[in-house]
Amino acid sequence: MMRVGILAVQGAFAEHAACTEKLGAAYVLLRKPEDAAGIDHLILPGGESTTQRKLLHDTGLFSPLQEKIKAGIPVLATCAGLILLAKEVSGGEGCFSVLPVKVQRNAYGRQLGSFSAVGDVGDISGYPMRFIRAPYVTEVLSDAVQVLNETDGRITAVRYQDLTALSFHPELTDDLRIHREFLGL
Amino acid sequence: MDADRYALNKELAQMLKGGVIMDVTTPEQAKIAEAAGACAVMALERIPADIRAAGGVSRMSDPAMIRGIQEAVTIPVMAKCRIGHFAEAQILEAIEIDYIDESEVLSPADDVFHIDKTAFKVPFVCGARDLGEALRRIAEGASMIRTKGEPGTGDVVQAVRHMRKMQQEIARIASMRTDELYEAAKELRVPYSLVEYVHEHHKLPVVNFAAGGIATPADAALMMQLGAEGVFVGSGIFKSGNPEKRASAIVKAVADFRNAPLLAELSANLGEAMVGINENEIALLMAERGK
Repeated sequence: MMRVGILAVQGAFAEHAACTEKLGAAYVLLRKPEDAAGIDHLILPGGESTTQRKLLHDTGLFSPLQEKIKAGIPVLATCAGLILLAKEVSGGEGCFSVLPVKVQRNAYGRQLGSFSAVGDVGDISGYPMRFIRAPYVTEVLSDAVQVLNETDGRITAVRYQDLTALSFHPELTDDLRIHREFLGL
Repeated sequence: MDADRYALNKELAQMLKGGVIMDVTTPEQAKIAEAAGACAVMALERIPADIRAAGGVSRMSDPAMIRGIQEAVTIPVMAKCRIGHFAEAQILEAIEIDYIDESEVLSPADDVFHIDKTAFKVPFVCGARDLGEALRRIAEGASMIRTKGEPGTGDVVQAVRHMRKMQQEIARIASMRTDELYEAAKELRVPYSLVEYVHEHHKLPVVNFAAGGIATPADAALMMQLGAEGVFVGSGIFKSGNPEKRASAIVKAVADFRNAPLLAELSANLGEAMVGINENEIALLMAERGK
């Protein structure tokens, strides 16, 4: 039985939980280190990356999650999650620093710069993308990084080994294709 | 505001969930709030406790002061305008504020009409004491709601009352037969479509935070357990003995609000809390402004 861990210290974790539940997968909300035992998938939701990073350390969740990520469990990171995974962050600090990309925080400016678009994400075509004070990838630091989406010439979705990281929010749409692909269903 | 812009604005509030939004009056305080884990800050010249003490007319903050705070932090920055003062709101939109709080904390500019928030691209958060007020603000274009509570008092009683009232009324609407919803819309003085949404989803159509009088990690946990999706802390932090420590403790309390052993640890040795004034000791009830 699959066990999806969803980081639940701040942000839109309930939306990811709803998507996971709709697909019939069991999930656990991660609030303290013990919660991470036995998870085989990890979702890092949108929210404020500075808040999440601080709480990852304060709660003690950082170490067990870092071990899981290093052990190679599949990770789906959205928006703030992309920042937490990135090796380099402009306008902020990294956290797990495992994804070889450089990311710009608040890359589209303030809330007036938030927008939506429709585009292909890897093999998934015509996916509705919600960008909320979003970051994007300014530089790919390894040939092993696969670019899954570019919107207006900006890289907004990447895959590297078992890490999938997106600037936008699949959990805010009714389209479950990204979650389904991530969970291998 | 087109439908997609409104959806994006509601979605920004979703990203703030499980977080603490802190009142700050200087770039230094904003940095302290950000470092303590605030998910956003509210830029204002005077925190509610000082507004209360100073009396007189309280207005939108100086845009230069707000800009200073926007430059100091990377998290979203909110600012308040007076109820009904759409020109103040236009100014806040012009400086690209992330959220406008049409707030009863400031002196109302209009005692009848609220701002037509659908005319703006930036999002609005509004205070409410019950479901009717919340849905009326949403009908006017608010994309986030907070309880009014009683700002600047350090007394949580009104926030509790407002949150309980809202949850009770939501439960009542949810339990109705569909043919009773028309009468409910009439009673609440709100559009039928919003009542229908509450009936179907058992919640408001936008994110709902607690605000007004929250001063301790325990207050924040109380509001979260009563159904708040996050909290605003105004005077409670920078009117206390050790703002850094208290801010950080409230952030952690909101993140894991049912964990009593953790709350016990967070509540210990926080230094002096905001002194506070009881609801019945104050002459001015801000929550009575703007229904």
